[in-house]
Amino acid sequence: MKRLLAVIVASLPALVMAATSGVHLEHMTPDLEDKASLQRGVKTYLNYCMGCHSLKYQRYERTADDLGIPHEMFLENLVFDKSIRIGALMDNAMNTKKARIWFGTASPDLTLVTRLRGLDWVYTYLKTFYVDASRPFGVNNLVFENVGMPHIFMELQGIQIRKGCKELPKIAANGGEMRDPLTSKAITEEICGSEIIDRGFSPLELKPDSGKLTVEEYDQLVYDLVNFLYYVGEPSRLDRERIGVYVLFFLAFLFVFTYLLNREYWKDIH
Amino acid sequence: MAAANAFKNIMTWIDDRLPVTETYEKHMSKYYAPKNFNFWYYFGVLATVVLAMQLLTGLWLTMSYNPTGEGAFASIEYIMRDVEYGWLIRYLHSTGASAFFVIVYAHMFRGMMYGSYQKPRELIWLFGMAIYLLLMTEGFLGYLLPWGNLAYWAAQVIVSLASVIPVVGEDIAIWVRGDYLMSGVTLNRFFALHVFAVPLMLIGLVVLHFLALHEVGSNNPDGVDIKKYKDAEGRPLDGIPFHPYYTVHDLVAIVVFLFIFSIVVFFFPEGGGYFLEAPNFEMADPLKTPDHIVPVWYFTPFYAMLRAVTFPLFGLEAKLWGLVIMAGAIAILFVLPWLDRSPVKSIRYKGLASKIFLGLFAISFLVLGYLGTVPPTPGVTALAQACTAIYFAYFLLMPWYTRAEKTKPVPERVTG
Repeated sequence: MKRLLAVIVASLPALVMAATSGVHLEHMTPDLEDKASLQRGVKTYLNYCMGCHSLKYQRYERTADDLGIPHEMFLENLVFDKSIRIGALMDNAMNTKKARIWFGTASPDLTLVTRLRGLDWVYTYLKTFYVDASRPFGVNNLVFENVGMPHIFMELQGIQIRKGCKELPKIAANGGEMRDPLTSKAITEEICGSEIIDRGFSPLELKPDSGKLTVEEYDQLVYDLVNFLYYVGEPSRLDRERIGVYVLFFLAFLFVFTYLLNREYWKDIH
Repeated sequence: MAAANAFKNIMTWIDDRLPVTETYEKHMSKYYAPKNFNFWYYFGVLATVVLAMQLLTGLWLTMSYNPTGEGAFASIEYIMRDVEYGWLIRYLHSTGASAFFVIVYAHMFRGMMYGSYQKPRELIWLFGMAIYLLLMTEGFLGYLLPWGNLAYWAAQVIVSLASVIPVVGEDIAIWVRGDYLMSGVTLNRFFALHVFAVPLMLIGLVVLHFLALHEVGSNNPDGVDIKKYKDAEGRPLDGIPFHPYYTVHDLVAIVVFLFIFSIVVFFFPEGGGYFLEAPNFEMADPLKTPDHIVPVWYFTPFYAMLRAVTFPLFGLEAKLWGLVIMAGAIAILFVLPWLDRSPVKSIRYKGLASKIFLGLFAISFLVLGYLGTVPPTPGVTALAQACTAIYFAYFLLMPWYTRAEKTKPVPERVTG
């Protein structure tokens, strides 16, 4: 609970001006070696996201192979249009013109979203939807103000409320948190509005038992999904880093020989 | 033995018809280069290596690239995913572009330090400057080809610069774009220029750069003429044959360079967001302006100068003066050989004023490069104005400070 609450730190001007800048984002470390995580990620993606957001630069076959999922199993369980062959691009049937009417903007392709926005942004974005009756889908987002997307995981995460005011620890003159000298309990005060974010706290609070998943389970789901999107952004990454090590070893080896060759020739030059 | 004889016969047969051996001797085995080249003299050969690499990787990229507004962005991702080792070819090319500029800037700075542009090497410098100009053109054209959104808007800004020219400006901008805004038509012509016209001119100028160099011979860190002292057979005493001595020497440098280059290609291909910028992972969209439009890093010093001019003058608007300053900053480099009035070539024997001005020039160029990447604030603009002034002072005051300062005596022979 606490982790979820301590999610977002953002300065209000940044929130009002540009949704992408100046917002403190929760850090996530991807792990492309964790095949199970990537497999759970692709499952979540194809079940929840694919309807609106294509991955049209990537192929099903490449994904299945890289994630270690047999083609048959992949097609049977994850691809719902039976006319699709394993070599096809991961496109969808979303009508761009209609999407503009429904959401105010066409739902973007997400193949490269982690390279465009950064991992932490996507990770934080998926965790900071909150109830906002003024928005068409009843939700708003802390890092992407007035986003056109509904909270697709609401049934899983539950409902988050944005608090106008919160009880936060009082700050002492020396900059530390004030504590009661007898009980050593934190002394709190009511903080309202943008100051909550400025102080490094999340204004969001999860309504208890409003979602199917626990906080930890939802964190894992988002982590796996973003990990998968990280993979899809550059599927050759593991190959690249593996080959890179060999290339550097080879060049280091070659350096010794070129160095000795040069020394041999130049020993006569004074 | 028989094989050696056969080879000799074949070479004689060819040499009677085409001066192959003669050319090889003139440019390699009997081209005498000063023996005191230092670290800064590696960048010429490295630039040649990177040029070759860009030509080869570029050739392979064109095999899978689709030069249309609809298909360009997708074809890059096709290269990154579906083409065998396409990611490697693409990263070599994109990293190569940045490496090219790092190397060329170092190469030019070497020339400025050791007076390599001075008589009799003015033409080498002029060809080199033309190469630099073409290289910037090539970088600018190629940067648009992946059809990323930042590149699209940056190109839009740069092309629109032409429109501030009085009377004909707007027409020039439309003529360059082939359209009223950046479009697929623009992409098509940028592609044609990037893969055909500019590389062809580049290769031609590189050949001229080499021929002019080999005609007068290389300068060296001492700025001493090695042809003054020759042995009985007419070989410069301080010179050594380019091949094998400098070929084996350069081989070491090439391997070291490739090592550093490979670290970037294989582990940091985005170059911390400077070689491949995040907003370029979104397809060009004429309706979606990125938050900050900045050119790619190797243009930022000149971009900072463009933005530094914030006031109109003589009834002409500030933007036009910015353009004049930016173009002037590049143009003034061309006349450098005629601004330097010093009796000595190398910075080692020039006076204090030359050293201070060159140092300030280098610092101001680096600072401008940084300032060009950040959003303009009053502080940034003021600093950019100061740096622009220093940049121009280095050149414009050169005829005076190089003549007035006290130089040190130049040794007769190279110093090791």
